[in-house]
Amino acid sequence: MNLILFTFIVLLGFTSYYFGRKKAYTIQSTKKRLTALPQFYGYYLAIWCAIPAFIIFSLWAIFEPTIVKLLILSDYSNQGYLDDELNLLYEKSKALSRGQFTGEITPFIEASAEKYLSLRSIAQSSKVVIVLSAIIASVAYAYKRISSNSRTREPVEKFLNAVLFTASLAAILTTVGIVFSLIFQTIDFFKVIPLFDFVFGTHWYPAKAFVRDSSEVLDPTMYSDTFGAVPIFAGTFFIAFIAMCVAIPIGLMSGIYLAEYASTKVRQYAKPLIEILAGIPTVVYGFFAALTVGPFLKELGTSMGLEVSAESALAAGGVMGIMIIPFISSLSDDVITSVPQSLRDGSYAMGATKSETIKRVIFPAALPGIVGSILLGVSRAIGETMIVVMASGLAANLTLNPLESTSTITAQIVVILIGDQAFGDPKTQAAFALGMSLFLVTLCLNIVALRVVKKYREKYE
Amino acid sequence: MIKIKAKDVDVFYGKKQALFNISLDIEENQVTALIGPSGCGKSTFLRCLNRMNDVIDICSVKGEILINDFNINDKSCDVVRLREKIGMVFQKPNPFPKTLYENVSYGPTIHGMAQSKQEMDEIVETSLKKAALWDEVKDRLHEPGTGLSGGQQQRLCIARAISVRPEVILMDEPCSALDPIATAQIEELIDELKKEHTIIIVTHSMAQAARVSQNTGFFHLGQLIEHGSTDKIFKNPDNKKTQDYITGRFG
Repeated sequence: MNLILFTFIVLLGFTSYYFGRKKAYTIQSTKKRLTALPQFYGYYLAIWCAIPAFIIFSLWAIFEPTIVKLLILSDYSNQGYLDDELNLLYEKSKALSRGQFTGEITPFIEASAEKYLSLRSIAQSSKVVIVLSAIIASVAYAYKRISSNSRTREPVEKFLNAVLFTASLAAILTTVGIVFSLIFQTIDFFKVIPLFDFVFGTHWYPAKAFVRDSSEVLDPTMYSDTFGAVPIFAGTFFIAFIAMCVAIPIGLMSGIYLAEYASTKVRQYAKPLIEILAGIPTVVYGFFAALTVGPFLKELGTSMGLEVSAESALAAGGVMGIMIIPFISSLSDDVITSVPQSLRDGSYAMGATKSETIKRVIFPAALPGIVGSILLGVSRAIGETMIVVMASGLAANLTLNPLESTSTITAQIVVILIGDQAFGDPKTQAAFALGMSLFLVTLCLNIVALRVVKKYREKYE
Repeated sequence: MIKIKAKDVDVFYGKKQALFNISLDIEENQVTALIGPSGCGKSTFLRCLNRMNDVIDICSVKGEILINDFNINDKSCDVVRLREKIGMVFQKPNPFPKTLYENVSYGPTIHGMAQSKQEMDEIVETSLKKAALWDEVKDRLHEPGTGLSGGQQQRLCIARAISVRPEVILMDEPCSALDPIATAQIEELIDELKKEHTIIIVTHSMAQAARVSQNTGFFHLGQLIEHGSTDKIFKNPDNKKTQDYITGRFG
């Protein structure tokens, strides 16, 4: 029903565009000069069609359910029902009206369901009537108003401006919303667990929080020594460090090769090939690390007499490093290529060789951009989840031995939030606290990285 | 005395021929100006002289270029040594994003010309003095070279070029990005430099060619139309095209 109505409104929009343009052409044919191109007259009418439709649709979406519910529940007022019971009754009759109700059908519910259906159909048809008449009225009004000297271009431009503004506002508001939910949950968490214990505690064992009986009163002392985040912060930075040990040298050198040494032909094929690495889903890297690299390292270690965990930090970090190579290589290739050719010429003309030129002129000139690309890579390494969950184990060991398993912030969030969760439980909120710390770290890294990159750009443009 | 002798030089960009059969002698310790309309190949010819065309993948050079009777297009030619002997100054000032000191010491460093810090300081000072920049920058040698004005940057590039004591300095429209005052300073400098170096300058300004050069070559559509002493080219050219270009009838 709504879909048909919507299609019809869209068609109406096109029709009003057509009529608006036609009127403009008619005006033009009388040798009068228009204030805008004929299309603008069309867009103008189409907007007059879209705005009332949008307003009425949103009003309906907001108020219809509330009003219907009020009307239905008014039958039961003064009968001594509790609010919860009323809500349940309403949900039951709604389900029955859709034929999805499986419980016992009482006459009350049946009556309500019927009433619900009839109210809905009244609401629907009145919506159709109101929307269509509003559209026709507004388009007709606008159609009469437009003349050779009416302004159509400015309102159309303003409308576009408003639409684009709304789109960016939606993106920003979502971000703000997410950040706020993080902040509030984190604050709740720190009401139970002292900040000091979280930041400096060395024992992370959230599973302990599972054993609590829900009827028990919350006793903060039982959480002491449960949410000490040091091991997982350490694990996160340790794995990211291993990843960067792989990614920085390989990425940087391949970036330099692509930018300075590779012939156009090699570059043409090699660059997309490297960038394919960036297109591989992280879950694929994850099982590559868990099923291929991890066992391989374990066997290799055993043959050398070393004790290697099958889920070692080395396997996870190494594979993560491979994942980050294309970011560093491609970004540093870009910054190196954007170093002006005149600097290369200047250096070559002094008799410098290619490697001298790269080492002494190009690399220093591109350094800020390269640092920026590395920082972006680090923030990816810290935020990476799938590889760590699959390949590095879930027990939060405080260790600096790459052959043992460790855990990271992201992996712990996954562990905490898999399965049934109780909201308001410190264990669930611990995920928010971890998320918050992760967010702060990557935010800082990104800000620094973007600043550095921007500074570099300003220098040459 | 003849310093550079070009014989039948052809240059190709891919399949397109940019220079046809150029033969030109360049005299030692004189300024030779190369003039001609845009795209006529004068910069391409200039870049042949220190093999800068090697940097461009699709560019190929044929023919002989003898510098001190040695063919630089020969396989045995070491480009690093060649470019040490033949300095170059570009159209747009291109100081490295380093300090003034590092800009000038760049060449001597990569060619291992100074044994001690003291020697390097001396090289930097003499080069900057010769480039008439010393008095303006002596107190800020360790500030970035990119912070100078356009004319100062170009003189810094000249200082950089002469720091390795090249025999020849190639200048590719060195004043086209500069204002008249800076241009006058550079021209004065060129006159000074020719005592110790052979200078070849590509320029679009006929007045500049007339002011600074002793010899002039006129290029048109990849051909060297006429060359000879600047006096003769400007006052009494043999070729009608040269006459037309000099008097501003085309180009």
